[in-house]
This record gives sequence, C-alpha cells and structure tokens, in this order.
Amino acid sequence: MADARAEILGRVRAALRDKPDTPPVVRDYVRTGDASVELLADRIAHYRATVHVVTPDEVVPLLAERLAGKRIVVPDGLPWDVPGVTALRDPLTVEELDRADGVLTGCAVAIAQTGTIVLDGGPGQGRRALTLLPDHHVCVVRSDQIAGTVPEALERLDPLRPLTFISGPSATSDIELDRVEGVHGPRRLEVLVVT
Amino acid sequence: MGTRNPVTWLGSPTFPEAARTALADTQLRRNLRNATTTIRGRRAQAVGELPDWERLRRAGEAIKDDVLHHLDRYLEQLEAAVTARGGVVHWARDAAEANDIVLRLCGDAREVVKVKSMATQEIGLNEALAAAGVHAVETDLAELIVQLGDDRPSHILVPAIHRNRSEIREIFRAAGLGPASDDPRVLAEAARAHLRRKFLSCEVAVSGANFAVADTGSVVVLESEGNGRMCLTLPRKLITVMGLEKVVPTWQDLEVFLQLLPRSSTAERMNPYTSTWTGVTPGDGPEEFHLVLLDNGRTATLADPVGRQALRCIRCSACLNVCPVYERTGGRSYGSVYPGPIGAILTPQLVDDPHDEQAASLPFASSLCGACFEVCPVRIDIPSVLTHLRARAVEAKGRSAESVAMAAAAWVFASASRYEKAQKLGSLARLFAHDGRISWLPGPGAAWTSSRDAPVPAREPFREWWRKNRG
Ligand code: SF4
Repeated sequence: MADARAEILGRVRAALRDKPDTPPVVRDYVRTGDASVELLADRIAHYRATVHVVTPDEVVPLLAERLAGKRIVVPDGLPWDVPGVTALRDPLTVEELDRADGVLTGCAVAIAQTGTIVLDGGPGQGRRALTLLPDHHVCVVRSDQIAGTVPEALERLDPLRPLTFISGPSATSDIELDRVEGVHGPRRLEVLVVT
Repeated sequence: MGTRNPVTWLGSPTFPEAARTALADTQLRRNLRNATTTIRGRRAQAVGELPDWERLRRAGEAIKDDVLHHLDRYLEQLEAAVTARGGVVHWARDAAEANDIVLRLCGDAREVVKVKSMATQEIGLNEALAAAGVHAVETDLAELIVQLGDDRPSHILVPAIHRNRSEIREIFRAAGLGPASDDPRVLAEAARAHLRRKFLSCEVAVSGANFAVADTGSVVVLESEGNGRMCLTLPRKLITVMGLEKVVPTWQDLEVFLQLLPRSSTAERMNPYTSTWTGVTPGDGPEEFHLVLLDNGRTATLADPVGRQALRCIRCSACLNVCPVYERTGGRSYGSVYPGPIGAILTPQLVDDPHDEQAASLPFASSLCGACFEVCPVRIDIPSVLTHLRARAVEAKGRSAESVAMAAAAWVFASASRYEKAQKLGSLARLFAHDGRISWLPGPGAAWTSSRDAPVPAREPFREWWRKNRG
C-alpha cells in the first residue's frame, strides 16, 4: 500500500491542475480599537461575569472581601498576598483542584471589544487545569494588558504557548437555547480590572 | 479501502422521503422553528455590531481560497511545525484508515472522552471504536443527549435542537443520570456530575479542530462548555482528527476567523472558551499529541473548480438557521452529519458516488433562495454549487424521464430571473407535478405542495416573500 502522506499530497496536486490563481488577501478590516477599561468592563459584564473596576490599592482589600475563609489555588508569580485566604500551590492533583473553592490568576492580555481575557501560562497564571477545575475563577487584569481588538490581542500573544481565551463563565444553550452557566468549566467568573 | 464512506448514514431514505416524514412531525417543526428564528435574530445583531463585517468576510474567503489553492504546501508546513514542537502527524486517506489510526493510538484504553467533532462523526469513529471494544464518551451536552438517546444529530451547532426539555429529561432518566426535574439547570448539572468523573480519570481524549496554523503548528478549538478544555488538557494523550482543509496559513489569519466564527455561529462576540496549543508543553496538558489529517473525499472535492469552495466552510451553521427548507425538515432528513445548505453541497461531494441515491438527492434539497450565501462568513456561493451539482447528477443519471425533469430544474434554477419568472407563471409546479409524483425537493413551490401544511407563499414569488419576511 502506498504511503498515505505521499498519496494525499499527490491527490492534492492533481486536484489543483487547473492552477487556480489566488487574489491577495486584503486586510482592510478594522485592526485597532478602543482599549479602555470602561469598554472592557462593559463587555465582560455582558457575559454574566462579575466585574469590578478598581485602583491598585483596592485590589487586595477586594480580594480579601471576596475570598476570605476560602481555599484558593494561587499560581506562582502573583504579587498579592491576600489575608484570610488558604493558598493552595501547585503541584496539585486533579482531585485537589476539583475540591478547591476557587482560583486567583492574572492574565496575559484582555480584549476590550469582545470582553475576553487570555491566559498564556505565564507568571501568575499557572498551567491550564488550574483555571478549569475550581468552580470560581477570579482574574485580575492590569490596564496595560488591555488590547482593543482581536487583531491587536493576537499580535501580543506568543502562539507557541498554550493559550486559553475566556469570555464569560462556562455556558451551554443546548437545551431549548436556554443559557445555563457552568457546565464543565468554572460557573463563576469574576474579573478585577485595575486602572 | 473500497469501503463505503460513512459521511451519509447507512439506510437513510433519500431527502424527499425523509422530508415528508419530518414535515408531518409538528413537534419537531415547532422546536426547529423556535430555535432557528431565535438564533437568526441574535446573529443579525452580533454581525450588525461590526462595521467591517463585509471586509472580514472577504478576507475570510480570500484566506481560505489561498489555503485550498496551495494546500499541499500548507499541509507540509503544518506537519513540520507540529512535529518540531513534539506532536506526531498522521495522514488518513479515508474513514477506515483514520479510524484505524485512532484505534491504534488508543492502546489499552477502554474508554476515551470526546469533544464534539464533525470530522469524527463523518468517519463514524464512535462506531468503529465500539466495534473494537472502546467506548467513546461524548462530552458536549447536546452530543451527550444525542448519544444517550441513541439518536442522530440534527444541527451542526446544537445537535439536539430537535429535543425539548422533557424529552431530554426522559433520555437522562433512562440512562441513569436521574435528573430531578426538566429545568435546563438541573439537566446540565446531571450531565456535569456524570462527565466530571470521566474527565478526571480518562487517559485518552479525541477532539476535532476548528483551525490549525501552518506557520506555527498551533491547533485551535472553540467551544462554550469547558468540556473541550477538559479533553484538551486533562488526559495524558490527545488525538485530534482534522479535515485537510482546516489549515490556515499564518497566526495572523486567526484574527479574521476568531471574529467571523463566533458571531456567525452562536451570535456571541466571542464564544466562552477558545484553546490553542502547539505540539506539547511539558508540565501543562497532555504528554502526547497526535494530529490526524483526514482526506476522506476532500481531495476529490478540491478537484472540482466550482465545488471546491465548499471546503472553505468553517462549520458555523449560519446557513442552516436561515434555510427555509432546513427549518421545516430538520437536520436528520439530510441523512448526513452535514445537514442544511452546506450539507446539500458538501455531502454529495465527499461521498463522490453517483450511485448513492441519498447523497445524490441532496443538491435538490434547496429552494435556491440565496439566504445561505448572504450569511456565510466565508462567502460560499451555495446556490451556484447546488445548481452545478444538480447538473452533474443529471449527467450521471442519463436521460431517464426523471432526469429530464431534473434537467429542467437545473435549467430553471440556473438563473434567478428565470426562476422567479417560472414561479410567477406558476409553471414550476406544473413542471414537476405533471406526472403526479415529486421525488425530490426542487423548490418550495413544488415540494411543499405535496405536504398539507406546507406554507406555500400565495401568488408572491418565493424569493420576494423570503426577502420581505426574512432577509
Ligand atoms: S457554509 Fe458558510 S454559513 Fe454554512 S456552515 Fe459553512 S461557513 Fe457557515
């Protein structure tokens, strides 16, 4: 039996015998846009996520208020020490992650136009499972991390890292198109946008 | 090889037969109409928000055409990039070969978790795995409903759209998931509890892919529920089955598709989760990553200069939700994993067998009203491809009495003005019904008259009626 790879590539070449020409890709669509805290907050809220716009000084008190008394997964590289929180540190088993009350992270980029936060596994974000299994995800976005549009965000990201784009909490509309939050991912997403 | 292509379901009736049954099912039609009307409205809003939508569509079309016209080069590039990052690439000529590869990769695993994937449905992977003693657990809520109900999916995006909440509760109860009520929240919670155990223990996951980037080797999956993220990150081994045409040239190209797809599909600015990964990342996610590149009729489709544009499809399902034929007949009438307008042009091409009556009937499952083209984010001219495939079907059949009528249909549908004129004159119905037997759905004016509750647009030509009421 001929090699599947060689055969498929041969079929592709034979299929293109008419030498179709390809017009250039015109990228005249909108590439830049409003990267304001207000737009990002508005768009995140639209997904039924909770959003707080805060000053740098307000971050720790607000986190303490939201998370005190809880067992929270905290990846390496976060600058905040939240009083009253039991910080769980990786390495954790999936069972331990499953039993945590929540997870606190930073992010790599946020997209104002779509209300999306993007995690790339960098400092303060940890591996992908950390933001997947606990039921409550609290994410802190710095204003300099906000990109206006999808094109601007992709430009800032490193495609070789594993990326997770998050737009609101886990949701399904599979039953009579009724939206239900939290099927498998975190049921609650809470975002702090720091001005 | 030489086995049947499972892209159509074995034993499915031809479209007109199935459509007649579906038309008689008022519950089904009510569920469908509610759903498509809702999604249609939401989509229009999400799309209307972007002033550059047409420019994005044109860019999407151009990028996909570039991919198709240099597919060999991009596939080789993709393979090199994935391999360089620790992934393994496999090539599958057809369904049987792809299934064998996946089965071999499953090793000793008796159970695998799956994230919804059209490609694996197309090759009948679950059935092939089951025959070898491996149970594939569908983890998308709608797919789970379909799987537990021993049912067929009826929509690309919401496969269980034909089921209402009380039916779903019954299905879950019969499967031992025991939901206490038919509240969607309670149903979703039952699925969550059932599946979480699987996610935490399964060693192998199977996924599809929405895109794969040639220059970086990154693979992309868009989803809503988080079951995708579970499958893509928790098991030790990840197997992704992807149609050849899903490759895009560069990382930058994603900026177009990440805008086009969610708004066309779920009518959201962005779907809740998008995951991208490149090969394997030590300490994060699967230790092994396999990418299976699937032909299964795609290169044959590529060989047709008119038909090849069907391979631009990004499976958003927008064309289903605007299609008057789909709205009344439902997805299962198409007898294929690809229903609706895109199914009508993609399925017969992937099957590529003029003796498959069921597939051959699909290009006739349309009114040619053009609504599908208008919403398609990659500008696939579905009506033109339909007309082209109708002509091909007629050629393949020879000049039987039936084929003369088909040819007439092809001729009428070849031109919009001829079509409208024919409808105005009422000649269309005569054209098809004079032998008292309508064996395909050549157009709404003709076919729906065979069903008592067919909403025949009185006097008004269908296209005009559609434009006024839906456009
Ligand atoms: S043909 Fe176009 S509208 Fe239909 S599913 Fe494919 S991309 Fe979407």
